[in-house]
Amino acid sequence: MLDKTCYHCGDSCESGPVHYDEKVFCCHGCKTVYEIFSDNGLSYFYELEAKAGSTPNPIQQKYDFLDNPEIVSQLVEFDEEGVQVVNLSIPNIHCSSCIWLLENLNRLHEAISVSQVNFPAKTIRVTYKTEGFTLKTLVLLLASVGYEPYLSLEDYAKKNSKVDRSLLYKLGVAGFAFGNVMLFSFPEYFEVEEFWLEQYKVVFRWLMFAFSLPVVFYAAQDYFKSAIKGLRSKMLNIDVPIALGILVLFLRSSVDIIWDLGSGFFDSLTGLVFFLLLGKFFQQKTYAFLSFERDYKSYFPIAVTRLTDKGEENIQIYNIRKGDRLLIRNQEILPVDCVLVKGTAEVDYSFVTGESKPVTKEEGDRLFAGGKQLSGVLEVEVQKSVSQSYLTQLWGNSVFSKDKASNFQTLTDGIGRRFTLAVLSIATIATAYWLVVEPGLAMNVFTAVLIIACPCAIALAAPFTLGNMLRIFGKHKLYLKNTNVIERLAKIDTAIFDKTGTITTTQQDAIFYEGIELTNEEKNMLKTTLRASSHPLSRSLYSILKYNDIVTLDEFHEYEGQGLEAKTNQHNMKVGSASYVGEEKVSQALNTSVYVSTDEEVKGRFVFKNQYREGVDEMFRELQKTMELGILSGDNDGEKLRLQRILPSNAKIAFNQKPEDKLNFIRDLQQSHEVLMVGDGLNDAGALAQSNVGIAVSENINVFSPACDGILDAMALERLPLFMELSRKSIQIIKISFLLSLCYNLVGLYFAVTGQLQPVIAAILMPLSSISVVAFTTVCVNFLGRKLK
Amino acid sequence: MTNKANVVLHQIQVGMSVIYVLLTISICVAFVFFMAFIRSVRAGQYDDSYTPSVRMLFEDELVEPEKDSQAKKTEITNQIQDTNQ
Repeated sequence: MLDKTCYHCGDSCESGPVHYDEKVFCCHGCKTVYEIFSDNGLSYFYELEAKAGSTPNPIQQKYDFLDNPEIVSQLVEFDEEGVQVVNLSIPNIHCSSCIWLLENLNRLHEAISVSQVNFPAKTIRVTYKTEGFTLKTLVLLLASVGYEPYLSLEDYAKKNSKVDRSLLYKLGVAGFAFGNVMLFSFPEYFEVEEFWLEQYKVVFRWLMFAFSLPVVFYAAQDYFKSAIKGLRSKMLNIDVPIALGILVLFLRSSVDIIWDLGSGFFDSLTGLVFFLLLGKFFQQKTYAFLSFERDYKSYFPIAVTRLTDKGEENIQIYNIRKGDRLLIRNQEILPVDCVLVKGTAEVDYSFVTGESKPVTKEEGDRLFAGGKQLSGVLEVEVQKSVSQSYLTQLWGNSVFSKDKASNFQTLTDGIGRRFTLAVLSIATIATAYWLVVEPGLAMNVFTAVLIIACPCAIALAAPFTLGNMLRIFGKHKLYLKNTNVIERLAKIDTAIFDKTGTITTTQQDAIFYEGIELTNEEKNMLKTTLRASSHPLSRSLYSILKYNDIVTLDEFHEYEGQGLEAKTNQHNMKVGSASYVGEEKVSQALNTSVYVSTDEEVKGRFVFKNQYREGVDEMFRELQKTMELGILSGDNDGEKLRLQRILPSNAKIAFNQKPEDKLNFIRDLQQSHEVLMVGDGLNDAGALAQSNVGIAVSENINVFSPACDGILDAMALERLPLFMELSRKSIQIIKISFLLSLCYNLVGLYFAVTGQLQPVIAAILMPLSSISVVAFTTVCVNFLGRKLK
Repeated sequence: MTNKANVVLHQIQVGMSVIYVLLTISICVAFVFFMAFIRSVRAGQYDDSYTPSVRMLFEDELVEPEKDSQAKKTEITNQIQDTNQ
């Protein structure tokens, strides 16, 4: 067979292919899924997109907590008369085959009536009958076909959080009114003394008035609220002149039609609000599948197994008390700080530190919350409740309740202050002049100035520039929370990096061998031994060994948390921890190592070192031109020399930093700097929240990152200097657009001050300035965006 | 003379009422579309603008004759439960 990849998931079938139905599968899991699909008439799955499946993970008793009706009732959205509706997050959804399969779940079980996928958010909403079917069966069914739902503490008691669609409604109202008012006001633009026009003028005007009411009092209400809020805190933000403009437009127009002075400016009024809301809508680009608000809750399980005198029971993790005995199974996450009572722990702290190598712990050792048990079952005794654990305590810090965006004065708001003052003084001077020359025109001029100076184009410059930039960044794998982050990014003068998992990669290791040279026979045997093991260290070691002759093993054992043992007819081989193979002098270097012995004689060890990501040196070289750099590492200082070589001499390098230390380090720096923090694990969460901009680096953006302002795909880390530069350029574009729109304002002001502002002039100038600013920014930003290619 | 004036006056009255009828109809039609928009937003049609575009491209398949598929289904689900226990 030519095709050596799995028919189901597309992985390589090198180690033990499974043949079935004339197809190759990489493992029995994939084969089982194929069987389920083809038996239930779902083989169209493979026609939509080839090799799109995912290998199911072994589940065991992980979801036993779903037997607890109290927990289930907190998870489902609807539960009445034997029907339940649940919304599950499935990170595995990635292609059209997934959508098709998940929307045809009813063919797998008759109790499922409807299932609907939301692809951008990677969620599925399932409606099912509870007769002979439960949430647990649903979760197990999904898991068995490779779509394991992600259930975390975050989902618990999250009751139907309402989606905020108010902006869409407002946009709809404003657009609807704008269109109609335009039609009604069109005849009067030409101001011909025509018989029929004279007849119906009054009707048209009052209709326009009626249409503008919902626009002013509903669609534009955010501008009034924001302006009042700004004035209360003695800040003239950009919404003050906008709200003033809207108000004056409405009052002047109403007065005009009541006393039959003219047709009013209802067209400009509704158009203005519509364009402004359009800008807001454009700015509101969200990445539905990412969340920038995650805390430990998204990592932690909903329930754990507690051991009591009566046996095992599932309890919600907030109910864990000090002194409880918990049972932690393979692949489960430790929700609290505890002491290991029974079993050998192999804990993966990658959520916390970014370090993916598991740490081995023995009975009596302390374990910290956030680690994931990788082998076998543990029994632990709880030392602290969930909220008081070493890691979760961090979230008690006040930085997590602080909203960075609201404390930041945007460029637009900065302009707004000067702009408002200028407009008000021009209006006053012009009115004073006309009071002397021709008092009848004074009020007209005063309102005309406020109307024409309404900074619509200025208010649109930033949303469209930054909104476009946000989309371009997104295409190049930097996902930002909102447009405000770009403005803050442009001000950064210091960048601090986490080490493990951020500038080093967890997918590739630099592995060195130390000890007695292995013979070819031994090498082959080593490779064969490793092949049978699924331990992460075995996998990465296996992949770098180049020998290919496979020998037959007579015996093979894997001792969880210790190592492997293999026997052929003449030799035996042990691979594993130092104590397991019998090495007595354990090296002091803190790097992870795997020892090898043959026939009870220790041969040597493989040392795993973190490998720096490609392009890190280059990135630091680029960044140091414009900003100061630093490294904050939770690890020991084993890598100090190497880091000093790639960083400039004035860089701040600190080791052995606890989560709290990182936070405080950033806070101290902020006294005199604008700080960017680049990190990855939960231990960086405090620093990410405290910094001016916190960016989380992630190898797989579907895996959750801690709360931050932006998520950067690890592949794009080397582009960071370019992203920074483009942010600064965006700000320049906004400034140029301000100048452009000021030119339009000057033309308009000429008409206003001289008392000749006709509604038709306002109706032309206002959209014209807005459209040219939007066009200008879009073209400029896309031109700049080409740099990223 | 008076006759002619009467005709003009009559035309004006008819013309006016027609305009009012047209205005009412046009605003009503516009309003119907506006309500349709509001309803579609409320129903969540704008929450996910991507998945429907994929969904509509799935081929309709032939419905297989209902031969003991029920029995098969239960068998499969039992099997799933067994493997997961």
